Parts: sequence; structure tokens; C-alpha cells
Amino acid sequence: MNRLVPARLRLVDVARVGGAGLRARPLRVFLSALGIAIGIAAMISVVGISTSSRAELERTLDRLGTNLLTVSPGTRMFGGEAATLPDESVDMIGRIGPVTSVSATGNVTDARVYRNDHIPSGQSGGIAVRAARVDLPATVGATIASGAWLNEVTAKYPAVVLGGKAADRLGVGAAGPDTQVLLGGEWFTVIGILDPVPLAPELDTSALVGWAAAESYLDFDGHPTTVYTRSREESVTAVRTVLAATANPEQPDEVEVSRPSDALAAAQATDRTFSALLLGLGGVALLVGGVGVANTMVISVLERRAEIGLRRSLGATRGQIRAQFLTESQLLAGLGGAGGVLLGVAVTSVYASSQGWPTVVPAWATIGGVAATLVIGAVAGLYPAIRAARLSPTEALATP
Amino acid sequence: MSAAERRGAWTEATLRPSGRGVAPREGGAQGAQRSEDRQSVVVLADAAKTYPGGVTALDGVSLSVEYGEMAAIVGPSGSGKSTMLHLIGTLDRPSGGQVYVDGHDVAALSDREVSALRARRIGFVFQQFHLAGGVSAVDNVADGLLYAGVGLRERRTRAAEALDRVGLAHRLDHEPHELSGGEKQRVAIARALVGGPALLLADEPTGNLDSVSGAAVLEVLRALHEQGTTVLVITHDRQIAESLPRQVSMRDGRIVGDSS
Repeated sequence: MNRLVPARLRLVDVARVGGAGLRARPLRVFLSALGIAIGIAAMISVVGISTSSRAELERTLDRLGTNLLTVSPGTRMFGGEAATLPDESVDMIGRIGPVTSVSATGNVTDARVYRNDHIPSGQSGGIAVRAARVDLPATVGATIASGAWLNEVTAKYPAVVLGGKAADRLGVGAAGPDTQVLLGGEWFTVIGILDPVPLAPELDTSALVGWAAAESYLDFDGHPTTVYTRSREESVTAVRTVLAATANPEQPDEVEVSRPSDALAAAQATDRTFSALLLGLGGVALLVGGVGVANTMVISVLERRAEIGLRRSLGATRGQIRAQFLTESQLLAGLGGAGGVLLGVAVTSVYASSQGWPTVVPAWATIGGVAATLVIGAVAGLYPAIRAARLSPTEALATP
Repeated sequence: MSAAERRGAWTEATLRPSGRGVAPREGGAQGAQRSEDRQSVVVLADAAKTYPGGVTALDGVSLSVEYGEMAAIVGPSGSGKSTMLHLIGTLDRPSGGQVYVDGHDVAALSDREVSALRARRIGFVFQQFHLAGGVSAVDNVADGLLYAGVGLRERRTRAAEALDRVGLAHRLDHEPHELSGGEKQRVAIARALVGGPALLLADEPTGNLDSVSGAAVLEVLRALHEQGTTVLVITHDRQIAESLPRQVSMRDGRIVGDSS
């Protein structure tokens, strides 16, 4: 009875008192929470979209496999002449233990392909003519969009399979016995069109003919220029180290070995710097939102001097007044944060589903977003809350 | 000894600085905080208040008010009665002399202790009512117990009882804008008395009301006094002051008359 110890305000009551200030001014609360929401939504959707696209890449790589290695001749150390691979290189690579399949294409350097004989010879459309081994689709994971792939028989005759982009450029919609293109001065029948090949994009712009047909009709020298090989997943790295020496034992330094799945992942990595830029912009939006909350709180304290005075006369300590305004500010920012997370997830899922990607929003981003708003609420509310608490009760009550 | 006699003795004592009751006891831990006499809810001993800038609002005032008393502090504007209210209500501290409220030496209390004193022992009624808009009468009154550490359910129960005491049992769920001026002031009185304060301070409680509502509000205050609450009314209106049992007249920061 003698001791004067102020009662602790229960947590429920702190929240009620803080919330009461917000309920009284719904429009202002909505607008200043919106500022925070936009910032958080921007950051969540940037993170969500880039994570979703990475998830899509992983899904693609799972489907395509990461065990494809390609071997191609590099440049000669001396002399400008382009290097070639020995004819036996394909068979030698096939004899490496963990290699499960091997195939090859060879550039037919002098041949061009045209839709018909009226096309000027300069307009070759950037389409390369390549001789392909019959087992190529199985190794690179290519699928047929129309018609059929070369077989042992058609590989000997003037028949061609077009890559997806090559078919577009030539204006060939579907394969068939009546569809012919002029290839290296001979009429070749288009027997098939390929789907895009993500791991061997060079095939998309190629016209592929049988190895034997290339030699007999197009003066092909028979040298493979690109060897495609699949090996067991756990041995890919080991295979890679011996591939150059196996393909060309005399000049291993003239051989280039690459892993196409790495190139896909690298393209993704360049996207990441762009994401960082967008994330920065989202951060700026969040900062502006925080300033909005601070502004709202400062005005709120100025307007509510009489209320502060009344609460002091009802027995509120300075700390309780401070807690009231800090809570109000945090509720305001937290409201915006929760709205922003929902908005960000919605934007991500709309964008991802429009791209046919899986929607992935990492948990750290949502948790981080909400935590960031609580920090913003605390920082934005601190100064107004301290001002409110410092107000002397008599001065506050004197305000009309 | 009757209440009036005791009060008389006190007034005399407070006027003499060396008097037995006024000065805080020197020894003992309690002495610093509590006055000797448990009969006085308010004791001002030569209390003065000078604001920064040199304005002297209160110039050595001595006064004592007993538990259960009802008194008016009356004076024209600028007489120092508002400053007196602030000192008695522990909203401000004296720049000279002592102020004891409910036995505590206000000057010796920290801000937290003074807040606790207000939360448990003092109820305020203001001229502008200071009700929260958009909040029902019962919740406005319940806020009077918020800082005394009472749970929400009990706050509401006791708020409903307090509204009943001021004759507003039928207005529990009305919001301030649905109430007349007199009803608003009665809600404010209910909020002041809901915590069972030792002292109810009313600052121009009828200042914003017409004479009929004003009379009704005074009637409520008088009824509370009869039930045992100490009521101090600060007013500039002589007529209102005359209607109360005791009048303390103020002018230029001094007490110029005390009817007791």
C-alpha cells in the first residue's frame, strides 16, 4: 500500500492501446501501410521470381541431365588453319569406361541450304549444314517435332532433318515427302524437324544430313567437329579430364571440352546481378515507406497531445506512453509488411505460372520481410514515441 | 474531535512552518515520503510555483483537505487555481514548499511513482471531458483502470458499475458523439471514480455545459461526496462554489479566503 509501483501493462493491453490509435484513422493507416507493402512486395517478388526461375532451371537440368560433355576442335597454336578432330576420336571416346553413349556431328563447310533455287546465294539464313550420326538424338536428348529422324537407310540418301530455328527460317512448317530444300546444289527431302535442343543449341540452326549422304553428295571430309558424350553422373568430372587427350592424343591442347549444362547455369548467374539491382530498388521503396510511417507517427503525436495528457493523468508512466506509440508504429509497419508479403507472393505466382515455372518463395525472404518491417516500425516510431513520452502532462492537457 | 475541528487544527498548523504535522518526519524510511497525519488527503505547505521566465503562479500557499471532504477552489482566471490543480493532481511539482497527496511527498517521488499515485489514488475530471471518440462509454470508463493493472473483463464490469453510479446505466454502449454534454461529463466522472480514488479533482466540470446539465453534474459530484469520496472542484464560478460545503478563494497566487 505504501510502495508506489506502477502496474505493468499487460501485453494484450499494450496491443489494444496501440491498435486503438490506428482504428481511429483507417485511411491514413491504409496509405502509410501501403508504402511499406509496396516495398516489401517488390523485394519478395524479385526474390520469388528469381528463385522460381532457378527452380525451373533445376527442373530442366534434372530432365536434360548434367552429364553431357561436348568435344570440339579448338584453334591451332600455330597457323590460322582451324583444328580438326581425328576420324577415330569418336570410337576412342566411346571406349572410355564410364562413357555411356557417344555421337558426333561434322561441319559440311562449303554447303548452304536454301528453300528453292530462286533464293540469292547470299541469303543462306545462317543455317549450318552438318553431317550427323544416327545415334545423335539419343545422346543430346533431342526430340522430333515433325516427321522422323535419320535411320541407317535415309542416312545414305539426300534426306535432311532441320533444327527448329532452321525450319522457321526456311519456312518449312512440316516434314513430308513433298517438302524439299536445295542443299549444296542438290534437292534434299525434309524428313523431320527437331524440337529445340537446350543442351546443344547449335543444332537448332542446323540442317542435319546422314554421314554417308554428306560424303557422297556434299564432298564432306568425314572429320567429326563436335563429339557429344554422356557418361555416368558420378564420373563426369573424371571423364572430362581425359576427354581432350583421348579425342586427339597428338594435340590434346587443340581440343575444347565443355559442359553445356554449365552454360545454362551461367546464363542464370548473369540474371542474378539484375536481380540484385531490382532488390536495391525494392529496398529504396521500403525506405520511402518507412519515412511515410515516421511522418504519420510524428503527426499523430502532435495531434494527440490531449490524449497523451489524459493518459498521463490516468496514471500512464512515460514508458507506457512510449510503448503505446512504438506499438502503434510497429503495428502500422507490420500491417504493411504482411500485406506486402501476400502481394509479393501473388505477383510471384502470377508471373511464374505465366512462364510455366514452379512458384517458389523462399521462407527466409518472407520471414526477413516481416522482420524488416518490425525494425522499420521501431526505427520510424522511436523518435515520435520519445517525444510523446517527454511531453509534460500539464502542457499536453493545455492543448485544446 | 469532529472533522471540522480537525481541519481547523490543520489549517492553523500548516500556517506555522514549525507546526507539528506539516514537516515530514526526519527519521525513518517512510518519513521522507509520508506526512504524519492520515486525515489529510492533500496538504500544501507554503507551496510555490514559479514558471521558467519568472511568472509566479503560486506564491506560498498552505492548505489541507481531509479525506471525505468536498471543497471548491474558486478564483478568477490567472489566480493560480489551475496551477494549484496541477500540484494537487501531481501533474506538476512545486518549485518551493511541500505538497503531500495521500500522505506522499510529491517532490520526493519519481515520475514512475507519481504515475502510480495518479493511477490508483487520484481521479481527474476535465472541462473538455477528454473522451476517446468512436469508443463506447463503458470502454472510455474502463480506460480509467488501464494503468492500475486491472484485467479487461474486470475493467468492463467495474466501468458498468461506475456508469450506474453516475446514472448512465442505460448508456453503456453509446459513443461520445451520441451523448449530450452533461452525459459526456458524467462519463468522464465515472472514469475518474472507477478506480476508487482517494481524491477526485474536477477542473471546471461545468464550464462547457448549460446550467441544467451543469447542475446535474454537480448533483452527481455531491452524491459521490455523500458516499465518501473526497471531491475538489476548481471553478471560476462563485455561485457554484457557494453551493459546496467549503470554498477556498484564490487571487494572484495566494489564498485570500477559506470558509472553513
